[in-house]
Amino acid sequence: MKDFAFHRPTTIKDAVALLKHHSGGKFLAGGQSLLPVLKLELAEPTDLISLAHVKELHDIRHDGGNLAIGALVTHDQVHRSLDVKKAIPALATLAGGIGDAQVRNRGTLGGSVAHADPAADYPAALVGLGATIVTDRRKVAAEDFFTGLFQTALAADELVTAVHFPVPRRAAYAKFAHRASKYALVGVFVAETPGGVRVAVTGAGAKVFRVPAFEAALGKKLDASALDGLTVPSTGFNSDAEASADYRAHLVGVMARRAVQALA
Amino acid sequence: MTTHQGIGAAVKRKEDRRFLLGKGQYVDDIVLPDQTYAVFVRSMYAHARIKGVDTAAAKAAPGVVGVFTGDDIAADGLGGLPCGWLIKSKDGSNMVEPAHPALAQGKVRHVGDPVAMVVATSKAAARAAAGLVDVDYDALPAVGLLADAFKPGAPVVHDEAKGNVCYDWHIGDPVATDAAFAKAAHVVELDLTNNRLAPNAIEPRAAIGDYNAANDHYTLYTTSQNPHVIRLLMGAFTLHVPEHKLRVVAPDVGGGFGSKIFHYAEELMVTWGSRKIGRPVKWTADRSEAFLSDAQGRDHISHARLALDGNGKILGLQVSTQANLGAYLSTFGSSVPTYLYATLLSGPYDMPAIYAEVKAAFTNTVPVDAYRGAGRPEAAYLLERLMDKAARQLGIDRIDLRRRNLIRPDQFPYQTAVALQYDIGNYQATLDLALQQIDYAGYDKRKAASAARGKLRGFGISTYIEACGIAPSAIAGALGARAGLYEAANVRVNPTGSVTIFTGTHSHGQGHETTFAQIVAEKLGVSIDNVDVVHGDTDRILFGMGTYGSRSAAVGGSALVKALDKVIDKGKKIAAHLLEASVGDIEFKDGNYRVIGTDKVKAFGEIAFTAYVPHNYPIETLEPGLEESAYYDPKNFTFPGGCHLVEVEIDPETGVAEVVEVAIADDVGTIINPMIVDGQAHGGLAQGIGQALYEEVRYDAEGQLTNGSFMDYCMPRAADLPNFKVGNHVTACTHNPIGVKGVGECGAIGVPPAVINAIIDALTPLGVTDMSMPATPEKIWRAIQAAKKQGA
Amino acid sequence: MATIKLTVNRQAHTLECASTTLLVEALRDHLRLTGTHVGCDTSQCGACTVHVDGKSVKSCTMLAAEADGAEITTIEGLATGGELHPMQAAFREHHGLQCGFCTPGMIMSATDLCKRVPDPGEHEVRHWLEGNLCRCTGYHNIVKAVRAGAAGMRGGK
Repeated sequence: MKDFAFHRPTTIKDAVALLKHHSGGKFLAGGQSLLPVLKLELAEPTDLISLAHVKELHDIRHDGGNLAIGALVTHDQVHRSLDVKKAIPALATLAGGIGDAQVRNRGTLGGSVAHADPAADYPAALVGLGATIVTDRRKVAAEDFFTGLFQTALAADELVTAVHFPVPRRAAYAKFAHRASKYALVGVFVAETPGGVRVAVTGAGAKVFRVPAFEAALGKKLDASALDGLTVPSTGFNSDAEASADYRAHLVGVMARRAVQALA
Repeated sequence: MTTHQGIGAAVKRKEDRRFLLGKGQYVDDIVLPDQTYAVFVRSMYAHARIKGVDTAAAKAAPGVVGVFTGDDIAADGLGGLPCGWLIKSKDGSNMVEPAHPALAQGKVRHVGDPVAMVVATSKAAARAAAGLVDVDYDALPAVGLLADAFKPGAPVVHDEAKGNVCYDWHIGDPVATDAAFAKAAHVVELDLTNNRLAPNAIEPRAAIGDYNAANDHYTLYTTSQNPHVIRLLMGAFTLHVPEHKLRVVAPDVGGGFGSKIFHYAEELMVTWGSRKIGRPVKWTADRSEAFLSDAQGRDHISHARLALDGNGKILGLQVSTQANLGAYLSTFGSSVPTYLYATLLSGPYDMPAIYAEVKAAFTNTVPVDAYRGAGRPEAAYLLERLMDKAARQLGIDRIDLRRRNLIRPDQFPYQTAVALQYDIGNYQATLDLALQQIDYAGYDKRKAASAARGKLRGFGISTYIEACGIAPSAIAGALGARAGLYEAANVRVNPTGSVTIFTGTHSHGQGHETTFAQIVAEKLGVSIDNVDVVHGDTDRILFGMGTYGSRSAAVGGSALVKALDKVIDKGKKIAAHLLEASVGDIEFKDGNYRVIGTDKVKAFGEIAFTAYVPHNYPIETLEPGLEESAYYDPKNFTFPGGCHLVEVEIDPETGVAEVVEVAIADDVGTIINPMIVDGQAHGGLAQGIGQALYEEVRYDAEGQLTNGSFMDYCMPRAADLPNFKVGNHVTACTHNPIGVKGVGECGAIGVPPAVINAIIDALTPLGVTDMSMPATPEKIWRAIQAAKKQGA
Repeated sequence: MATIKLTVNRQAHTLECASTTLLVEALRDHLRLTGTHVGCDTSQCGACTVHVDGKSVKSCTMLAAEADGAEITTIEGLATGGELHPMQAAFREHHGLQCGFCTPGMIMSATDLCKRVPDPGEHEVRHWLEGNLCRCTGYHNIVKAVRAGAAGMRGGK
């Protein structure tokens, strides 16, 4: 690991100011994605700006139709939060399936979202639920936020502060995990929302995406059988020794049906 | 003793406390004064010519105290890493043994081949400086896959090994086997691969070299299963120092599974490097480095043919195997696909004729050597897949087919067609016990319950045998081994009657500190709390060949029994003197010497005390003290065996296969500690199921490793495995004093074919007839799709 | 260089270390608490698991600087007064360890589970332990030990 300066701001304002000042720096949330990157020297920031002491990033708030989760809330906290379980149980379940127990104790919603790993679980929930990413300066719709492989709409010094999830009628997440890494080979989030059924897929492609054909079919009949005979094209899907693009495409269908069956 | 602690008692382990408290001492936990840190610069090329190595920038980097290359070790006359087993080809010629320098000289031959060692005052400084070593490579075409190694025009790994052939060996009787096939009613043929595995002990390898200039003495702390073997090889072949000037210590070692048997470049380099720089040099592997430098296992491609008569009785077996040895010959690499594999091809079956050919290849991959089971899993997998295919082809129930062919108890000693003579066993009993353990009668019900949940259930069987307790030195020597394979033990009875024993075997999870103490308790009647077991230090232990091949109890335990018998005999002489009786009238039982038929008794402790305080002592005829040593050279291999049964559930939509039931019955001979024996079986089963479902080292055709981390090499986790039902049926080994056979490897040997047979069984109704390891979800899903297409 | 104050096994420490120092390096190299092990470099094996403010964490995937002000418990801090913690005792009783290398991480992970779930079922234990690799035991006896250790912890022993 290359040497860096370590900062511990206590406000969002200070955190952002620090990164503005140290343009070669990076925000550090739970570090469960960033530290492995640093250890492999795939990134060599001059400064690390720890967000751990920024109190305003740690809240979970549920006000009727909206669930607001601070960027520094850990996966374990999301998994166990009574507010989350009540509002969007599928989100609590999803968080409980990220990585492993130790990773969930450190890893955060904001860190995961900003890292934008193509096989991360959260992006499926964010896009599936039509969430809004709140930053220090603006709000971005989830679908506009994830722009590519490890790419987001964030400016270099922009900080994710929270994610606002509209509460759906029902939702579910079905994940087929990579057997070694436990990341999603394919994860499908299905949500029944006032605006219609949304289906979002992570793990299969370079970034999370929706499946309009599935959404249309499920909009007519919200039952797993509505997906019978429907497939997604595997064009552009990830393909590796663990799973070919074709197999991933097949799994999208299977996981989508299972998510529909698990809607709660 | 109030409770039985001897042979057969499930006593808790003596070594546990230090591990549970975090007080174990592994090599990386050791910090020596003034210690420096080594980092190896490794090739990123699978095959390349080294045009030059520029170390100037690294040498000038902060904290660097030394940078060494292949030229430096060549100039100093360091020897190449040797191979311990000479295999002769069919034509009588010796195997090709290319040089294996500790740092590459002229060429690199696999990704990870070490090119330079950078030593600095901190690991961070060494790592930073390693990045400054500028190696000028001229990339060469590489051969990354065994399947390509013998193809005409394939890149050549070593100029002296034409066509990449290390040896082309055979065993058995080709004429008798041809005759068997000529009269066969049925011939069953099968092509299969045995997937390449990474042993992945959770403790990465580590080594510290510490040269003391004052007395010209070296100490090496290393993660080894056999410190004496390392000392022998370093003394005689690589470092060229007399053995009394080299101490090798293997302290607590965090698992080995074979991978820590071998003499590795890094331990040689830190020892040598310590002399060059005059300070201790420490190296600890990262996991990603382990994937590039630890010897790996398996990697066979085989074609097999089985001849049977009209009743399903086996007449003969023909096997042709290609084995990958990697880029260089590792310490025992040559012996694994030959004498540890093909000699086991008779399995537990009465098989009149066998002929096996093994052609071993050099490839641009990490060396391949022994990994848990070493050759025997490959043999069991081949045979048991073949037996299931035969059962399907002949329309005979697979259990019945095995029963028709298992060696009967009255056939022992049984001479196989491939050199081994099995002393004893009862394969029918282990088969019956395993079937009972899994509740075979209830299988149909379980299958129906699975079906109701949309799952395909399959049942898989494997009846297997292995050869352990290596090895009779004379036989091994005649077959090409370049070392003896006996074991040594030293028993030191202390004046107050406590006992310290010194064994040449090494415990790295097997629990020898407990089981060896139990042997002492059994023989001397002392509590295991009064027995200390010392292992892993060439300065403290007289000699030893170490722990591998499930040999420790059978060979090391037998040496211990011999030494204990000498102690008891000497004690008898002392007791006879004290009790004023003749030695012939003294018996030793339950810790007491007694004049037979009288109440005249001396406790063992009193005899020990007398030996060290010889006031009233037969000093003219007997030396004081009570300490004895013994060497034991086994008379034969031991032959554990048994039956492994597996039930899988397959999700036909995703192709995921889950092992839901495992029931095994093994015959590992006399059981010293049932708790430990079961634990050994569990661990082997996990690795065996790992091979069948999860694990595979993947190289591409150009020799790049594509899954060199735990992010993509799938290690079995707790949630991937079921509970195991483990049973034992004991027939005691006939030729060692305890009757033990060995338990370290059985799980890894028996279970892989049972898993694959279960998967094929589950998929047979869909028309699937074959499956390879690891049976990944995608493979299973594809097999289902292909069968559907064919059926449509 | 950074100055880090942290409490390890109920003892306060002030460390001077490079900002890049991982928590596991601070524990092993600076405090010589070598019971916490390193078995991989990709945050998979869990041999380095310790408790940070009561929660199990992979100390190879956390900077020492992040632990500034935290309460750390390592395997060395689990037993009190020479007596094994109930989870340690259960691992011994049920032969939940062989080579001992993964054991400290396993135990630290298991105690975190049992503080949250006083009586975990087999399925729960197996899934909780996804972040801990063992190559020796096949997990069979570890699962048994964790459930027995949970009972011991409930009993307050």
